[in-house]
Amino acid sequence: MKARSSAHGQTPVGRNLELPSYLEQSDAVRDRFRRLKQRPVVLEVESLGKTFDSAQGTVTALRDISFKTHRREFVCVIGPSGCGKSTLIRILAGLESATSGRVLLDGKAVHGPGPDRGMVFQGYTLFPWLTVKKNVMFGLEMAGRGKLAAEEEAMQWIDLVGLGKFARSYPHQLSGGMKQRVAIARALANQPRILLMDEPFGALDAQTRARMQAYLMEIWANIDITILFITHDLDEAIFLADRILVLKAHPGEVSELIEVPVAQPRKPEQLLTPEFLATRKRLEALIHHPEKEPGLNGDHLNMVRMVSVNDEVESVF
Amino acid sequence: MSSSPWFAVRKPMRPRTRLVTSVMSFVLPLLIWSLVSYVPQVWHPKVEITDPGSVTYLRPGMLVDREAFDSEVRQARERHVAVPAGNPANPIYLPAPHQVAKAFYTAFTDAPQRRSEKWLHESLWESIQVIFWGFLLSSLLGVPLGILAGTYDVISRLFEPFVEFFRYLPAPAFGALAVAILGIYQAPKIAIIFIGTFFQQVLIISNTTRKLDPTLLEAAQTLGARNLALLFRVVVPGIVTDLFRDMRILLGWAWTYLIVAELIGTSSGITWFITQQARYKNFDNVFAAIMMIGIIGLGTDLLLAWLGRRIFPWQQAAAEA
Repeated sequence: MKARSSAHGQTPVGRNLELPSYLEQSDAVRDRFRRLKQRPVVLEVESLGKTFDSAQGTVTALRDISFKTHRREFVCVIGPSGCGKSTLIRILAGLESATSGRVLLDGKAVHGPGPDRGMVFQGYTLFPWLTVKKNVMFGLEMAGRGKLAAEEEAMQWIDLVGLGKFARSYPHQLSGGMKQRVAIARALANQPRILLMDEPFGALDAQTRARMQAYLMEIWANIDITILFITHDLDEAIFLADRILVLKAHPGEVSELIEVPVAQPRKPEQLLTPEFLATRKRLEALIHHPEKEPGLNGDHLNMVRMVSVNDEVESVF
Repeated sequence: MSSSPWFAVRKPMRPRTRLVTSVMSFVLPLLIWSLVSYVPQVWHPKVEITDPGSVTYLRPGMLVDREAFDSEVRQARERHVAVPAGNPANPIYLPAPHQVAKAFYTAFTDAPQRRSEKWLHESLWESIQVIFWGFLLSSLLGVPLGILAGTYDVISRLFEPFVEFFRYLPAPAFGALAVAILGIYQAPKIAIIFIGTFFQQVLIISNTTRKLDPTLLEAAQTLGARNLALLFRVVVPGIVTDLFRDMRILLGWAWTYLIVAELIGTSSGITWFITQQARYKNFDNVFAAIMMIGIIGLGTDLLLAWLGRRIFPWQQAAAEA
């Protein structure tokens, strides 16, 4: 929570601390990135653009977005609100069409949604009329798998996210974290080339979110999956990502593609390492909030004392 | 007092209090009815003559206005002749609860007074058949069309403007036309129920379909669902609980068209029974028949609600949310 409150860039972590540059990488990290970039490219985005027609005229949501994602890489997309990160992931999923540019998956242009790009939404989107097992079987059945084979395969994925006991439960009987685990299992069951996650843990409480991050890292480490993960939480992005794609708003453009210098595999203790803090400082600098909230005086409300002078509790301090 | 559990805003009551309150919703009207029927001081604007005395036009068992009776009594006293006697009574159109209860029972046991009349349960059965066929035919067309219109914009644009127009045309107005085309027996009655239900049905169901969470459709698409699979595996199961609730409401509307439907062509059915019994001033039968419709309606609805909970085990979530 402390991390969130300092996300404004006005109170950078470790202002008085000597931090290394976020560009400095240890030998192990540098070597890892060298090997990572030699892997085949799974997702390639070529000068993607998106404009909307609105009453105020044409609005550019995305302009000239280009990046490559390598196999089994974990990429986080981060940016201020209005930078079009949700639009970007929806275009990648095929739920919206781009105005210009193109998206290549394994070198082939994609049109429309398909099972090769799994998606996990913030709002869970489990089918309420299906049990956990049937939810996970949905994609397998769509792929024409037989009922028995689909059932068996679905159970493996459900066990993988630790919900074997809840296979016969309906979504409304599960907690938020469990629902999102089912949604992840459902997306993975199709064995997509890339897993697109749109702020998947945004609606969860802090503890559940931390646990879900750990689960996700474990899943990612053990199966052949490339992940593109949208978040607005800086710590989450640094903790999860190999590389962070930072967008800026109005119009949505790539501001920087940061290689996270924190060593893999990640552990929660790394949140306080100099590399982590240096990356965080850089992100804060990139995602500043130029426009002030209307009606506010900087970071302060226009408050006057509204407690009686001779009140029992004179001051809260 | 504001913290009293009786008036907590949008908070469920304890199960026991809840049951008691539900029972009260039937007991209270019955209580008022009994009060008006059995307590002579309450209302009772008429007098039932027991002894006509010297008044020539009075007969035992006759109902006269109380003012008229009082003035006859006064005049008889002044002239020192036999004074008429009588008991306070309610107008004939308000039978007492026990009379209606008796009529309820005798409707099934005693043969109708006139040979041309039908038994109450025969009339009722005719009505149920008309409702059943009218509602079934309407649903066979209306439900698929509503779902398609709610799913595909092209079908919505093609049908809904006309349906929207037609829904304002009063179904009873088609009575004469229905008889001309379909004859005088059950067919035109079924047609009236159909016209009364179908157009509302299409619009209500297309709206229900549109309320389906679009992200469910998006999620299904990213899982590889296309076209028909999207329609039958996501749209239909996604709205089926709401659809079921709509159908329960629409079935209630179908009953309201019954009264018109049964008065065209050869009159028949429960509403015809009611009209005829009212003509003979058998208001106890009228009340019994009206209540029977209510009981059948409420019974069907409770049955469907129970059935819904059985077939849709996931819908508790929606109810609780």
